[in-house]
Amino acid sequence: MEPKAIFEAVKGKFGEAVVELQEEGFRPAFVVVSPESVREISLFLRDDPAMKFDSLMCLSGVDYKDRFAVAYHLHSLEIGHRIGVKAYLPREAPSLPSVDGVWPAANFQEREAFDLYGIVFTGSCDLRRILLPEDWVGHPLRKDYKYPEFYHGIKV
Amino acid sequence: MSHDPAHSGPAPAVGPVSLGPEAHVMVGNADKFINWCRKSSLWYLLFATACCGIELMQTGASRYDLDRFGAVFRATPRQSDLMIVAGTITHKMAERLIRLYEQMPEPKYVISMGSCANTGGPFYKDSYCVVKGVDLLIPVDVYVPGCPPRPEALIDGILKLQKIIEQKRNFAAKA
Repeated sequence: MEPKAIFEAVKGKFGEAVVELQEEGFRPAFVVVSPESVREISLFLRDDPAMKFDSLMCLSGVDYKDRFAVAYHLHSLEIGHRIGVKAYLPREAPSLPSVDGVWPAANFQEREAFDLYGIVFTGSCDLRRILLPEDWVGHPLRKDYKYPEFYHGIKV
Repeated sequence: MSHDPAHSGPAPAVGPVSLGPEAHVMVGNADKFINWCRKSSLWYLLFATACCGIELMQTGASRYDLDRFGAVFRATPRQSDLMIVAGTITHKMAERLIRLYEQMPEPKYVISMGSCANTGGPFYKDSYCVVKGVDLLIPVDVYVPGCPPRPEALIDGILKLQKIIEQKRNFAAKA
């Protein structure tokens, strides 16, 4: 299925929640959706017989300076097509529903996005820091992150 | 030193005469003897956090054969004399490293292997998570430069450490 057709199908089902299709410079193309509907759209993309996106290849956080984004790369092993899904989040208190109930592989990647960008995935089964120590302050991959001078008395 | 089994009761005063023709005596400096023992059985802790660990394994394997110097790996700090810090140390790892070091029995030695352990290496300039040199955490005896150092360099580091151990004074008056 071509990205255009996938976009049309999702748009037909979810209407306003689907914002646009970003084709220029992206491979696969990105379907931009509103953050609140990420979980429903994910379930649709996984379960619909024409979609069957059974594999979440990658879940990434992005910092665009004025806003954040979470990008999902999906692949269907059965049909062999791919699509990206993207949700833009506000700079202040970025949060969106977790998809670890849809694809269990999402959990570690959501934890990484939470650890390094501070994006909160609501309804996650286990949202903790994954790479940095539990008591680390801040989210280091944010563009406005200030390095601490010391961590536990050791110079950073 | 042989001891005459015919003798019973309190041992006679030891002198040149009492040793007899069977005696095997080595006279030497206790410091030298102890240092020789220590330098010849440097059991090192298996502690590898990055690519230097691959070179460490290679050094211990048959081609470079670190066993020649009496250095064999131990999987527990409680049996180790030497910690070869092979690889990048992050702040999360730093606490574990200090704990491992504290569990090692005295006397203990540390070799800092590779750029990351020496100074932070490629992560020196702009990294929030890498400790800029393991000497910020524990005392280091020998630094081995390289990224990563070849096994020859690590062996040279161990020989340098043996030289350091040879010079230790174990019975010097405490200040």
